[in-house]
Amino acid sequence: MSTDQSTKTRADAEPILSVENLRTAFYTDKEVIRAVDGVSFDIYRGETVGIVGESGSGKSVTARSIMRLIDSPGRIENGRIMFDGEDLIEKSPKQMRSIRGGSIAMVFQDPLTSLNPVYTVGNQIKEALRLHRGLSGSKATQEAIELLEAVGIPDANRRLREYPHQFSGGMRQRAVIAMALACDPELLICDEPTTALDVTIQAQILELLEELQEERDLAIMFITHDMGVIAEIADRVNVMYAGEIIENAPVVELFESPKHPYTQGLLNSIPGQGLGEDDRLSTIEGDVPTPNEDPTYCRFAPRCPKAFDQCDVVHPKPMSVGSDDTEHLAACLLYPEDISTDEAVAIHRDGNTQRGDN
Amino acid sequence: MSTTTTEEEEAVTRETQETLLEVNDLKTYYEDGGFLSSNPVKAVDGVSFDIKRGETLGLVGESGCGKSTLGRTLMRLEEATAGEVKLNGTDITTLSGADLKQFRRDVQMVFQDPDSSLNERMTVGEIVREPLDVHEWKTPKERRQRVRDLLETVGLQEQHYYRYPHQFSGGQRQRIGIARALALEPDFIILDEPVSALDVSVQAKILNLLEDLQEEFGLTYLFIAHDLAVVRHICDRVAVMYLGNIMEIGPSDEMFEAPANPYTHALLSSIPEPDPTTARDRITLRGTPPSPRDPPAGCPFSTRCPVKIRPDEYRSLDDDVWQRIEVFREVLRERSRVEPSISDRVRELLGRETHESGMDEILEELFGNLDVPNTVMEHINEAAEYAENDDEEAGRTYLREEFGSVCDRERPSQLGVGDQGRLSLCHRHEDEYDEPATVFESLVH
Ligand code: SF4
Ligand code: SF4
Repeated sequence: MSTDQSTKTRADAEPILSVENLRTAFYTDKEVIRAVDGVSFDIYRGETVGIVGESGSGKSVTARSIMRLIDSPGRIENGRIMFDGEDLIEKSPKQMRSIRGGSIAMVFQDPLTSLNPVYTVGNQIKEALRLHRGLSGSKATQEAIELLEAVGIPDANRRLREYPHQFSGGMRQRAVIAMALACDPELLICDEPTTALDVTIQAQILELLEELQEERDLAIMFITHDMGVIAEIADRVNVMYAGEIIENAPVVELFESPKHPYTQGLLNSIPGQGLGEDDRLSTIEGDVPTPNEDPTYCRFAPRCPKAFDQCDVVHPKPMSVGSDDTEHLAACLLYPEDISTDEAVAIHRDGNTQRGDN
Repeated sequence: MSTTTTEEEEAVTRETQETLLEVNDLKTYYEDGGFLSSNPVKAVDGVSFDIKRGETLGLVGESGCGKSTLGRTLMRLEEATAGEVKLNGTDITTLSGADLKQFRRDVQMVFQDPDSSLNERMTVGEIVREPLDVHEWKTPKERRQRVRDLLETVGLQEQHYYRYPHQFSGGQRQRIGIARALALEPDFIILDEPVSALDVSVQAKILNLLEDLQEEFGLTYLFIAHDLAVVRHICDRVAVMYLGNIMEIGPSDEMFEAPANPYTHALLSSIPEPDPTTARDRITLRGTPPSPRDPPAGCPFSTRCPVKIRPDEYRSLDDDVWQRIEVFREVLRERSRVEPSISDRVRELLGRETHESGMDEILEELFGNLDVPNTVMEHINEAAEYAENDDEEAGRTYLREEFGSVCDRERPSQLGVGDQGRLSLCHRHEDEYDEPATVFESLVH
């Protein structure tokens, strides 16, 4: 992880993944839930982009939309998902199958969802090698051994012949990562990959991902609810709230000067952050709303300590927090902060932003 | 082990407080699989501590360390195998009849997952009232009033009485669980990961509530959790468990600022800080905890400890070589733990693939690119030969005898550290060895 470096790469390269104005909705009897609503962000080679948010924020649906793993009653309604210059939304199910587990690989919270209990770990890795790289026989075995070694599983030769249940939780997640790497992906999407693991094992997996990224120039999209993990692994962070990205900034900047009132509240509610030991934790009043209608207002307004009357009638769009700070965006009517709030509200209302919603 | 005046003073202040719970050498073993003579799971393997009235003791550790079993044993939801648990001076492990019933009023538990601990078919009012009904608390009318008061106490509304749990958010469901736990005015509440399933902003509200309730009702808490930031925030003292043992116990601020035990040290250093600018001189632990069925003979942490004491003759051996020897020991341990798969057995029976032990590959993988002294390599080869002949146990024993130290042989005792009555289970606190902190320092730099 190196922020300087990633900013540099960003300036003179094309993003490997560019999500533009994505909307994914779920249709229930009662309502249409816009789980992801107008989300845009980029990921470049060699960088880790974090997506952080509480439950129901839409972070996992974002990942599943990119992988085109949205089943009925959900559907992708709007937007583009440009991967390596092509729009994934246009791909046929068959093309998607070869992209999934090919140039885009995914690691989920529960390694058992990615491993088949009736096959040995070795067989599963070799199958991936056969499908995506055309390797078989002793070549595949040799490559599988090397992959297990690369993800830090000792005694690889022997462990290839074991079944997933014979592995500990941390070793299973390593095996899943080995399987993901078998296809030589360009983008690795990790959805809460360490949430089910103990901290000492989590530390091992985070370290492993960083090493692999460096070796292979992987782009990583890392989804988590854990601000500590994000601070550690991400180069750039998107904060989601009720289906929208409400703040996007390089990691150091986000933690040093969070701009959106929700991000500020979220960081303050973590124990040990900026409080005296006897102080009470700060909280955010109220509950997360269900995004079930067109946002013509700020979805955080009912809970926002800084809300003012315009927040109920103008939808804030992601915008530079200050005109000299193009790397840091917030979707809040208070920004850009170097112009008057009235002017800022006018810009949000008239919608002339660089990466707005419709 | 230094006794200073401050330590004595501190000890005196704690001593003057009334002890609510006293646990002495408690063990909880499970025999699963029905083979009574076989190795039991040593979930809790001899722990001792006390909790003063009004205090919050945190119990932390990774999954499988025994913290939840310990909590359940204190609740009498599990049978203690040995040792005593005294609540207000009475050993509760042997209670029965009316005494047990009284105990079940005085001690309550709040669980991690509000979903599974609340009966979905009962209304919120019924859930909170149930313990009052079971214990025939006062009149039904007074019970209903009590429930209404309790709902208010935990920040719910009276009209929630007739609703069902599924109509509530996770945070609100945890409030219902807390109201129920408070119903019989307990002295002592065991909170088993009460906020782990909640989002941080919700978690903050529940933690604030728990603190308010403690103050209002003079409650004593045992707070079981794996999130150390939460524990530091809410607990007066903390006990760190590993493989059924308390590795370190003491005042929480002091422990978080200067952990004494090598395991506490490693655990704290593996927590990701919500601050991307923190310097990371992390000690990443190798491997996973051993099976609680087959704990190490000496120190529970000896298979993973980064600052384990080495035998004299290997004290100056290259660190990398030493590391690899430890990994090799782990490989053999793993092999003797994992049952050969059925297809392996069939292959062996058919005489196909005669014994693909792969020892050569492992030695190559581990030691191939290192400059290993000949004498050391001879020992490694000897152990590998045992393993080659399918006797991993003999290989393990050989390596333990050759490369093991006091850490592998003797279980350390809890020694005093710091000046506030903190205890740590580690040989390194004895005078003849360097303190763990000193060794960690040299590892990082
Ligand atoms: S737009 Fe208004 S309500 Fe929304 S975050 Fe900004 S100040 Fe708060
Ligand atoms: S006794 Fe030895 S193995 Fe155990 S914690 Fe101390 S140094 Fe480490």
